[in-house]
Amino acid sequence: MVNYFSLFSLTESFDIDLASLSRTYQELQKLTHPDKFAGGSEQQKRVALQRNSQVNDGYQVLKAPVSRAEHLLALRGVELAHETQTMRDTDFLMQQMEWREALAEVDSAEQPMDVLDELNDTVDEQQAALKQRLSSLLGQPSQGNLQEAAESVRKLKFINKLQREIAETEERLEA
Amino acid sequence: MAYSEKVIDHYENPRNVGAFDKNDPSIATGMVGAPACGDVMKLQLKVGENGIIEDAKFKTYGCGSAIASSSLVTEWVKGKSIDEATSIKNTDIAAELALPPVKIHCSILAEDAIKAAVEDYKSRQKAVTN
Repeated sequence: MVNYFSLFSLTESFDIDLASLSRTYQELQKLTHPDKFAGGSEQQKRVALQRNSQVNDGYQVLKAPVSRAEHLLALRGVELAHETQTMRDTDFLMQQMEWREALAEVDSAEQPMDVLDELNDTVDEQQAALKQRLSSLLGQPSQGNLQEAAESVRKLKFINKLQREIAETEERLEA
Repeated sequence: MAYSEKVIDHYENPRNVGAFDKNDPSIATGMVGAPACGDVMKLQLKVGENGIIEDAKFKTYGCGSAIASSSLVTEWVKGKSIDEATSIKNTDIAAELALPPVKIHCSILAEDAIKAAVEDYKSRQKAVTN
């Protein structure tokens, strides 16, 4: 597995400097761009292309908190990417269900935008709390903390989906 | 991706959508979610005193295959005993709905929803006898 943190000369941590990530990305992009190797041998072109796609993949992975946390966990031996495991946290899922019901019923509300804004704020709060928890868990990577961090990442995936749906509803209502 | 006719049928005419009163002692509730796609599924069983499932309802937020899988299991569990219901396998659901490999997790979710509801039923029974 490619360690994207080393590729971008970053310390392995959940909290990274996004501006510095973006700068390093631009530099690496230039260094590995296939056009630079247009006159080179087939071998050089192939290596450059491979490096270039690693740089692009790595940037996408590190940029978003959920995939960054997943990558950190994978580097520590906890693989989440392709799991089909079911989540059974009833309280968390009930809450998700309620929020999705509220979103589905937003059209019949008198002030749908106000309802959406309020829902958005509540969901953002939960997301912020989970990210903070994730940061502290990944900062002290004991086996127990890694498992709990994995559970936080799973929860964040549900929240991301909900946020996408809220944004889609917002766009639809504004149209 | 093309959905099978059976998936489309369940998606367009989902059976037994809704909810029972979760405080009714004869109602068992199973809540499950699939982190990979963010789908959430709630399955409720109305269980008679003889342990036979009299009715079932579901509510699923997810893709067509997840909705079809949960709709199908509400039909399948009716009339079955609690133990018979837990013998429903995700492979049966996937085969019935002709789910493609990328949607197998939807059938796993539906199987796990039955298991979660049955566990809820058993823990409630225990609470009553103790």
